Amino acid sequence: MAINKYRAMKVSKGFSIHLLLGLVAFTCIFPLFWMLRCSFMTLETVFTDKSIIPTAFHFGNFIKVLTEEKFGIYFMNSVIYTASVVSAIVIIASLAAYSFSRLRFPGKNFFFYMFVAAMMIPLPGSFVPLYVLINKLNLVNTRIGYILCMTNVGLSMSILLLKTFFDKMNTDLEDAARIDGCGKLGIWWHVALPLARPAIAVIVIFNALNVWNEFILAQLLLTDTRLMPLQKALMEFQGAHSVDYPVLMAGLTLAAMPIILLYLAMQKHIVKGFSYGATAG
Amino acid sequence: MKKIASILSFLCLIALCFVFVSCSQQEKDPDRVVLWHWMNDRHEALETLAARYQKETGVKVKIDLFSPPHAYTQRITATAQTRDLPDIFGILDKKEIFAAYIKNGFVADLTEEYKKDNAAWEKSLFTKALDVNRFAEDNIYGVKPGVYGVPLDVTNIQIIYNKRLLKKAGISRPPETFDEFLEATKALNRVGVAGLVSGWGEMWLIESFALNYAFNIMGEEKVMATFRGQVPYTDPDWIKVFEIFDTLSEQGALVDGIVIKQNKIAEQDFALERAAFAFNGSWCVNVYHGMNADLEYGVILPPPVNPDRPMKIWGGSGSSLVVNKASPSKDKAIAFLRWLTAKDQQAYLSQETKNLPANKDALSEIPQILSDFAGVMDHTTHPTLWKYNELAKVASEFNKAIQSIIVGDLTPQEAAAKVQSIKMAEMEKEKRRQQRRER
Amino acid sequence: MTSLAQRKKFTMGDAKESLVNFSFILPAVILFSIFYIYPFYDIFRLSLHEWNGIDAQKYYVHFDNFKELFKDGNWWRSMWHAGIITFFALTFQNVMAFALALACDQKIRMKKFYRMIFFIPPVLSEVVVGFIWMWILNGDMQSGEYIGILNYLLDKMGLHHLITSWLSNPDTVLTCIALVHCWKGFGWGFIMLFAGLQTIDAQLYEAARVDGANSWQIFKNITIPMMVPVILVVIFLTVLGSMQVFVLIKAMVGQGLQDYTSVPVSEIFESMIGLKRFGYACAQGVSFGVTLITISLVFKLLSTKVKQY
Repeated sequence: MAINKYRAMKVSKGFSIHLLLGLVAFTCIFPLFWMLRCSFMTLETVFTDKSIIPTAFHFGNFIKVLTEEKFGIYFMNSVIYTASVVSAIVIIASLAAYSFSRLRFPGKNFFFYMFVAAMMIPLPGSFVPLYVLINKLNLVNTRIGYILCMTNVGLSMSILLLKTFFDKMNTDLEDAARIDGCGKLGIWWHVALPLARPAIAVIVIFNALNVWNEFILAQLLLTDTRLMPLQKALMEFQGAHSVDYPVLMAGLTLAAMPIILLYLAMQKHIVKGFSYGATAG
Repeated sequence: MKKIASILSFLCLIALCFVFVSCSQQEKDPDRVVLWHWMNDRHEALETLAARYQKETGVKVKIDLFSPPHAYTQRITATAQTRDLPDIFGILDKKEIFAAYIKNGFVADLTEEYKKDNAAWEKSLFTKALDVNRFAEDNIYGVKPGVYGVPLDVTNIQIIYNKRLLKKAGISRPPETFDEFLEATKALNRVGVAGLVSGWGEMWLIESFALNYAFNIMGEEKVMATFRGQVPYTDPDWIKVFEIFDTLSEQGALVDGIVIKQNKIAEQDFALERAAFAFNGSWCVNVYHGMNADLEYGVILPPPVNPDRPMKIWGGSGSSLVVNKASPSKDKAIAFLRWLTAKDQQAYLSQETKNLPANKDALSEIPQILSDFAGVMDHTTHPTLWKYNELAKVASEFNKAIQSIIVGDLTPQEAAAKVQSIKMAEMEKEKRRQQRRER
Repeated sequence: MTSLAQRKKFTMGDAKESLVNFSFILPAVILFSIFYIYPFYDIFRLSLHEWNGIDAQKYYVHFDNFKELFKDGNWWRSMWHAGIITFFALTFQNVMAFALALACDQKIRMKKFYRMIFFIPPVLSEVVVGFIWMWILNGDMQSGEYIGILNYLLDKMGLHHLITSWLSNPDTVLTCIALVHCWKGFGWGFIMLFAGLQTIDAQLYEAARVDGANSWQIFKNITIPMMVPVILVVIFLTVLGSMQVFVLIKAMVGQGLQDYTSVPVSEIFESMIGLKRFGYACAQGVSFGVTLITISLVFKLLSTKVKQY
């Protein structure tokens, strides 16, 4: 009897957990499904066809997006920007966060709070000074100028997050490495970074998404079409007055895919169960 | 970890290669004209025309698009500070800011160019469209009188009605007075059709609608006197203007969520026959055609409240471009714009983008509904043509107050009092600003 | 005297070590100095001027912009709106994120699937999110049927008194926006908290279980204390993100009902792009930043207190 009651409780607990998770999951997946559904329709049917699954699949929108000559260029540009900015941030921010968390030097707190405070002044106010600055540095309409700016944008948040994780982490392995004669840089690379992998995965996704979806700063600092990121193409699909919704949705779906794939690739690093020692040697 | 590290470093390496390859700065080519614009619906057509122009004359015109408009405005504002504006660009702001660009030497005076060859260029364009770019003899901005821009197209904003839905409600002809309009929306409501839809989640469309009626109720002079601060917004005539929105809302003449509709959404509602009337500009022809090719619709002036005074609607130049005064290829830029506003190119632009051409001669080659729109160009007016404009902050509060009336949060009297108190405060501030400038 | 004694202790070796340690943050500091310090200095300088963004001449006005801002009802109202959205995000969004992260940390079926799904909303562009929620919350009717899904369902369930035009009703619009914001943002809290849960040593749980602790005791005595730093960061980032919300509102209601939906960033944009008052916009930016810094300082003090207990 008692066992039955216990089991019933367990089952109902499991059921309610799944009900909650399922409900939330449904609202999350619905927009993606809706986007996909619309991108298989034509401009005539998208507003009139009320069926949940479109009556006729129409692949023309995807073909239209993919054969758009500039889409390829924009896509490549976004890949370049995202890869550069994310790698730069991971290296620079983890170095800084490691130092803030583990090492001692004068003015440490000052510098740390300086980074944190920088997050709080909203950027919309700064486009004129920023442009003037980039112009003085002779970096207008160059990839490197845009990459440096975007790196700077993501830096503060990444340092804060990484420092939190480093603070929380056990120092045993680092101590062992130090006793083995490993230098500070060596410990950072061989011990601290692999241990902070979940946090780094979060930072990679956060910054990748940030760069991938950015287009205002890109248009402030870049001029040439061949340097523009992917979001610019999506802006072009949304005409000033007329919007070709199915093509826009196809474009948005294609644009969202790489980030979702990146998330899938990263999330297994968030999960424990990997042997940490593998890269330490 | 090693794997990620190697993948990351590999990506880095590729990225760096690209970065440095593209780092070489391109030089300024005096034989090339650079044009910056914000019109993403016209980008392709402009590029096609630029290619055609290069074939004909050998001059390369580089067309760069920045969108949405606020991103474009940021770019223009920032580049004005470093003095590297392109050869041709557009100014999306009010006349006051246009004047500031001119006074700071960013914009070339085109008056002489228009006058050349017996004013051939000037004569080929709609006067209303040119007037948007004109600064009159005694303008309040202190700009040297003249014409400073080139209109690409013209536009005006009217009421569009759905013929099929009107018939369904048993209405034989479109309303001619405001009362008839209210009657019509009631009849429509009875058969389950909403009345008026418009993008009143965008300030300028509310402002346009409200000022149409302000002109109709009290006449242009009194509106200008209000802007100068001589007539308060609490004047009975202005209360009448505010009451229009109260009446429309009370009588259920408006689509439910009209105050949060962006024009794109409002256009969709009309095209899908969710509302029988729309207040929208001539560009809608293109939009409606795209969304519902079978839509049967006509166009009327907003039905007047005061039948004794003709209705004035907003219209004039849709988009204009200006030439950079400091540009080394200024003459080439002007030549390109002259070519762009010639008959053939205007006809092409009009066909491709369904906008009304700025060139009168191109008008013969456009669809019927567009010429219906063009037929009332004489009725148009626009804030850029007026001698006085309302202070930006007051205008914005005026529009917000109307939104509050529509959702029933303010009565017309309260709204008028609120706008007037802001007007007083802003005039005080403006006076101080003026004094500072003179010092 | 004491300082001298301290200085004596600070040997050459220490100095060298400090220098080496400092070099770790050097790349970040260099980047920061180039790309933040000048723009920040310029924003602060502009906030003391009256400038339309084009003129060569900028008029120095002392602190007039700040004085005006202090009395600007619109500005404080926008702060209040952002505060409400932040309140929703702090409670609703973070509790949901934590609950879901905990659920996914359990041994349940399909957790990989859930983990994948929960991160979709943050990935989607605001345009799509705006479209979809506008459609769900639409209050319009066509031929006697509600267009919006929510109203349609309420109608079918017979809950007519609840039907309203959600986004154009001044009483509901801000709450709707706040809830959509929570829905869009909980994925971030979710993965950060989830990543935090992963770094808790599994041995701790096992040891506790061996000692006979029940789930609630484990949660209270191990999970929460271990998670405090991550929770604090999530709270901090939620406050920052919610106070600066803007694009989503723009996508959902445009410029509609600004008196009921304005937020600080939209006010800054309005001052700068709409009214062309760059000095005033910079003053808004500066005081907004100062407000956020003050909030975080208070928060920091409180959290140190919490950690001590």
